[in-house]
Amino acid sequence: MSVARFWRKIPQRYNLIGTRCETCGTYFFPPRSFCPACRREGKIVEHRFQGRGKVVTYTVIRSASEQFERLTPYILAIVQLDEGPRFTAQVVAEPGEIQIGTQVRSVFRRIGADGESGVIHYGTKFVPVR
Amino acid sequence: MRDVAVIGIGCTPFGEHWGSSFRDLFIQAGALALEDAGLSGEQIDALYVGNMSAGRFIDQEHIGALIADYSGLATRHIPATRVEAACASGGLSFRQAVIAVASGMEDVVVAAGVEKMTDVGTGASVDMLAGAADREWEGFVGATFPGLYAMIATDYMHRYPLTREQLAMVAVKNHFNGARNPIAQFRQEITVETVLRSPLVADPLRLFDCSPITDGAAAVVVAPLERAREFTDRFVRVRASAQASDTISLHDRADISRLDASVAAGRWALSDAGLTHRDIDLVEVHDCFTIAEICAIEDLGFCRKGEAGRLTEEGVTALDGDLPVNTSGGLKACGHPVGATGIKQICEVVQQLRGEAGKRQVPDAEIGMTHNVGGTGATVAVHILEVV
Amino acid sequence: MVGILTYGVYIPRYRIRVGEIARVWGGNAEDITGGLGVYEKSVPDMDEDTATIAVEAARHALARRKVDPEEIGAVYVGSESHPYAVKPTACTVGEAIGATPHMTAADFEFACKAGTAGIQTCMGLVQSGIVPVGLAIGSDVAQGAPGDALEYTAAAGGAAFLIGNDDPIAVINRTCSFTTDTPDFWRREGQDYPRHGGRFTGDPGYFRHVQGAAKLLLSQVGTSPGDYTYAVFHQPNAKFPRRVAQLLGFSDAQIRPGLVVPRLGNTYSGSTMVGLAATLDVASAGDRIFVTSFGSGAGSDSFDIQVTDAIESPDLFLRAAAPTVEELLKDPVYLDYAQYAKHKGKIVMQR
Repeated sequence: MSVARFWRKIPQRYNLIGTRCETCGTYFFPPRSFCPACRREGKIVEHRFQGRGKVVTYTVIRSASEQFERLTPYILAIVQLDEGPRFTAQVVAEPGEIQIGTQVRSVFRRIGADGESGVIHYGTKFVPVR
Repeated sequence: MRDVAVIGIGCTPFGEHWGSSFRDLFIQAGALALEDAGLSGEQIDALYVGNMSAGRFIDQEHIGALIADYSGLATRHIPATRVEAACASGGLSFRQAVIAVASGMEDVVVAAGVEKMTDVGTGASVDMLAGAADREWEGFVGATFPGLYAMIATDYMHRYPLTREQLAMVAVKNHFNGARNPIAQFRQEITVETVLRSPLVADPLRLFDCSPITDGAAAVVVAPLERAREFTDRFVRVRASAQASDTISLHDRADISRLDASVAAGRWALSDAGLTHRDIDLVEVHDCFTIAEICAIEDLGFCRKGEAGRLTEEGVTALDGDLPVNTSGGLKACGHPVGATGIKQICEVVQQLRGEAGKRQVPDAEIGMTHNVGGTGATVAVHILEVV
Repeated sequence: MVGILTYGVYIPRYRIRVGEIARVWGGNAEDITGGLGVYEKSVPDMDEDTATIAVEAARHALARRKVDPEEIGAVYVGSESHPYAVKPTACTVGEAIGATPHMTAADFEFACKAGTAGIQTCMGLVQSGIVPVGLAIGSDVAQGAPGDALEYTAAAGGAAFLIGNDDPIAVINRTCSFTTDTPDFWRREGQDYPRHGGRFTGDPGYFRHVQGAAKLLLSQVGTSPGDYTYAVFHQPNAKFPRRVAQLLGFSDAQIRPGLVVPRLGNTYSGSTMVGLAATLDVASAGDRIFVTSFGSGAGSDSFDIQVTDAIESPDLFLRAAAPTVEELLKDPVYLDYAQYAKHKGKIVMQR
């Protein structure tokens, strides 16, 4: 991923900055600048998510792309944030620890890097609330 | 709007073709299709080609022109268009060709699909296939394509009574059919145990739940139904063509275990055709993973959510069942050269309707359906073909 | 009065036992733990590094006290394992806590005392009114060469301290330092692992500088060891801080809460700071804490710290809002040497 493309989404990746439609009250993460329900009537504002949520579904990835090979096996999940939106993230835990419904909280981790000499991509993963 | 017919089909063997390049593959498929239709190149008015990612697999864009050129058609300057919707590229290529003919814009149109996947390593392939999903919010955080379908499987098996064995039976059935298909990548029959003993790829999906990485090409020729007999008497009619879209990422879906684009396209196709589910004699569905076939059967409306596993176990979807699913062997046994799959599905249904499916023949097949999915369900194309 | 507004610590979940390292290199576990006083050390996860540890420690600090991130006008991260040789960890931390863009930042290097150097810098900026609040972090994923003595203790962890004027939970009365050019331990640019002078790291290194700074501070403030409730010294192992405490006249009881190295290892830039955090975890209003760090190269920073009532005022500071050092040391996951080597990037991979 190019430097500009990664940098553009740092507020989302580091701090879960998403959006909210004030017109209908829907929260969006990843952020949307256009509310699918309200469309042009939607008033979109920035919203910072708390980072608490629960696992909606998950898998254990054992065969990954080159970038993530060294991390396998790792847990990939769809997490539903307390505020409503769902998004995809890794959960740092032993495979047996996670089930549908497990409560999780956000942590700051290294997602990957652009090779040995390129930029490091930091972002958000989750851990079970212990 | 004119009625459209398929007048010729051609498909290369699917597999790891170390000796064949991207160009070799589509030339082979195109030649087979023209031969089958009894056509010469000069008779083609337009060309559509479905291809997911030549740009990444072989660093080549501008596929439409490339294919026209290497098919010897550059001197005729026909319109040549590349169509892309990840794994649904082939289905969309066919639909574009159908629309061109139905609208009266073109008469004889080739719809092809091609993918050359083995010129890059497996790790690179896995990363490229993740481009069928949301790169920014799924791929970037470590999602793989099997991983996304595995999450569908986890959700599905949490809510519906599908057993791990029933899921494996989808692969067993498709290998049985593939063993009877000369173009299939995998020709060996397998057992449930084969599936359950294969290595985990993304829990709960194992190696044998997943379609492989494959090279291959397929092509069909479409023409106005009213002119079909000028070329051949082995033609079939395109009864319906439908296409639908949905959110690119799995996490944005209304229901993780239901592909709403399949629901929509399936419903529109049947209603446009004026048919019910009972009229369909066979269906080629998009089994990129075993769980995808389970969802497809249900989402297309052939049974209620949660029942497809039982139907599979009971043999309803087997070659000799009431609703044969994936008589070709599906993506699992044929292999899945991404852009070619949608066209291969058309080829299979046409062969069945013509009575030319050999050991895979469904007796008295008159109406067949194809179902081609892009990504985790963001694009779906459904076609219905019938004997004339 | 300038002081600590809040603090936070982060220690990764993984550990490796000294005995497991000894097994691989043919050492005797009992001799080593007997000699060093260290039983196990922390190991970072595959996706953790100095920056992620620094961010977690900083977020833990901010969880304990309502501080407007925009008031944080300075961020300094001290480490000897910054992820980039050029591009400051402090910028990533600043972004991850919402302090950007109106802030100054830099990364510090001074072996194990880079973090406390950051505290001194923040004190200066705050006291002079240049910034309202400063953040000083010491964080490391320290490397010890395979088979070297340092491998038994080089650990991962970090602590973050917010420095400010308004209602600190602990006032920093005074700080001073003792610094010379002493090559006791070093790492040349481009080298994977540090080297050291063996026994030379003792008296000419650690003991000269810690005692130098400590005695200077005691004389400047006019106190003696008995005036302090607690003392925290840099802890490359358990022997050195115990011995220097004894030499200076501090008791075992005074240094006990801050002596975390037996179960944590040496978190290098985090070492003294995590020890201070562990002490603040149990301190009460009125307690006086004596702190002296040490960084090879070499230098020591000393601090005279007085805990205030604010530490016990829940509307100002809530310790329970983030994990204590004890809580972070609890429930570890143990690795064998091969997994540890994989986590620490010691296995040469195809580039």
